[in-house]
Amino acid sequence: MAIPSDLKYTKEHEWIRLNGKTGVIGITQFAADQLGDVVFVDLPQPGQAVKQSETLASIESVKAVSDIYAPVSGKVVRVNSALASKPELVNADPYGEGWMLEIEVSTPSESSSLLSPANYEAHIQENKS
Amino acid sequence: MSGLFHCASSPRVERLSEGLARRAPLDLSVLPENDLVRHHVNLSRKNLCVDSSFYPLGSCTMKYSPKAGEAVAAERGFSSAHPWQKPEEVQGVLHVLGELSRDLAALTGMDAMCLYPAAGAHGELCALKTARQYFRLKNDPNRTEVLVPENAHGTNPASAAMAKLQVVVVRMNNRGRVDVEDLRKKLSARTAVLMLTNPNTLGLFETEIDTVAKLVHDAGGLLYYDGANLNAILGRVRPGDMGFDMIHVNLHKTFSIPHGGGGPGAGPIGVKAHLAPFLPGPFLVQESNRWSWTEADSRSIGRFHGAHGNFLNLLKAWVYLHLLGDEGARRVSLAAVLNANYLQEKIKPLLPVPYGAGRCMHEFVASALPLKDETGVSAMDIAKRILDEGMYAPTVYFPLLVKEALMVEPTETERRETLDRFVALMRTIVEEARTHPERLHDAPVRTPVGRVDEVRAARNPVLK
Repeated sequence: MAIPSDLKYTKEHEWIRLNGKTGVIGITQFAADQLGDVVFVDLPQPGQAVKQSETLASIESVKAVSDIYAPVSGKVVRVNSALASKPELVNADPYGEGWMLEIEVSTPSESSSLLSPANYEAHIQENKS
Repeated sequence: MSGLFHCASSPRVERLSEGLARRAPLDLSVLPENDLVRHHVNLSRKNLCVDSSFYPLGSCTMKYSPKAGEAVAAERGFSSAHPWQKPEEVQGVLHVLGELSRDLAALTGMDAMCLYPAAGAHGELCALKTARQYFRLKNDPNRTEVLVPENAHGTNPASAAMAKLQVVVVRMNNRGRVDVEDLRKKLSARTAVLMLTNPNTLGLFETEIDTVAKLVHDAGGLLYYDGANLNAILGRVRPGDMGFDMIHVNLHKTFSIPHGGGGPGAGPIGVKAHLAPFLPGPFLVQESNRWSWTEADSRSIGRFHGAHGNFLNLLKAWVYLHLLGDEGARRVSLAAVLNANYLQEKIKPLLPVPYGAGRCMHEFVASALPLKDETGVSAMDIAKRILDEGMYAPTVYFPLLVKEALMVEPTETERRETLDRFVALMRTIVEEARTHPERLHDAPVRTPVGRVDEVRAARNPVLK
């Protein structure tokens, strides 16, 4: 199970790649595997503001529809439009081509509440048992 | 006669390439009747149904529907009655509706029933609108939140959204019941309704229902009972006595009308007295043994069905209740719970039941997760393999609380020998997962249609 070391994670299985004032967001491989084949990703419009832990997007697989929560507060600046026609990218490459959106981080201090790769891995193990 | 067989050309047919599309209507008059009958009988056999096989589709209560209901519904006096006939011409019809209302109210502990909703989800919408009207006329219009547990039936949040109310999810605890502490946090002056199924979607009785009911009522909210699992408690305990203010009843589950009803279904709702004036009208009243309609007053939410509900379905439920009698109604829940526990104990050595430490009610949820980790065989593969052996499969991947879920509801109408055949099949399939996993990945191979590509179907839906 891939858990890249350069990312921060949430307990709800989102990842964020922080880069200065912005952060790219997606879901983890664990989440993608649990969901099964993704068939639709409902992304917000660029410009939309969102608070930490609020619903940011939703993702539909053959099994279920799930919400995706904002790892930190901010404003959406860019979404991955490729997912509209190729939602399977989320399964195939969750940390790369399957990224979902980029936000401009409004409250950088919030990132201290996110999980490190090691803590996220421990969180998954806990969930499994 | 041959005119009947002219097919309206559909877009599909037009896409057939030249030379394949029919140019003239089929001349069916050259076919002998027996060939035509055989053709249609064989088509009907390509479907699995409750009349042909065991159907343990969890939460759906796919029990056998006695044919007596069909026979009565085919009587001309019933089948050709018109909704706008004068009451004196259809006293028998009104008698059935009146008696069914009274019996359903007695079985659920409600004060008034409304038979109009055309399905369970329609009933939910109707009840939520009724609740909304109750709060509006109580001058408490800010109650717009509907609380649903995280393992609620999908229709509950969907109905709340349809009624323009906001959904608030309540967590479950590690015993698979409503987390009372979380409920406490989510209740507020905005709470309109808590929607709950009891037993819940894991097949577990909400043992803290008294506390739950008190908390909701103390917060000024209403308690709504989703009747999907009513067969588990029929004749034993009544939602009204547990503190529920409103209920919908799925006649196709507990009261044996056909699933889908051969068209529209029926999902009556019941309410306690304080909500009765807000129900859709007209109301059926009985005076000195004569039934008639009376219009609702301005407190009512208005009409919810063009006629008086889907009468022939309501009639079949009335027949079923007469076949059962009081003792029979109690035997429904007895057999539903006994059958499910028998299966749960037999399945446990094959597949773990994560919330199965104690007794279940009418259904239970097994997990194929350890088997999947070991062999790569998923809950979906198991379900498809069951179809190959001529049985229907349990519900898979619901509720989401259990990973690789297989939700099994044997229903009250199956005998032990049938349950044993299902257990034997499950044992074979779990063994096969270890020895011949490809058989499960490839299944079904004996059905008229093999494994459908549901990913492609969901990504590129062809809706017309």
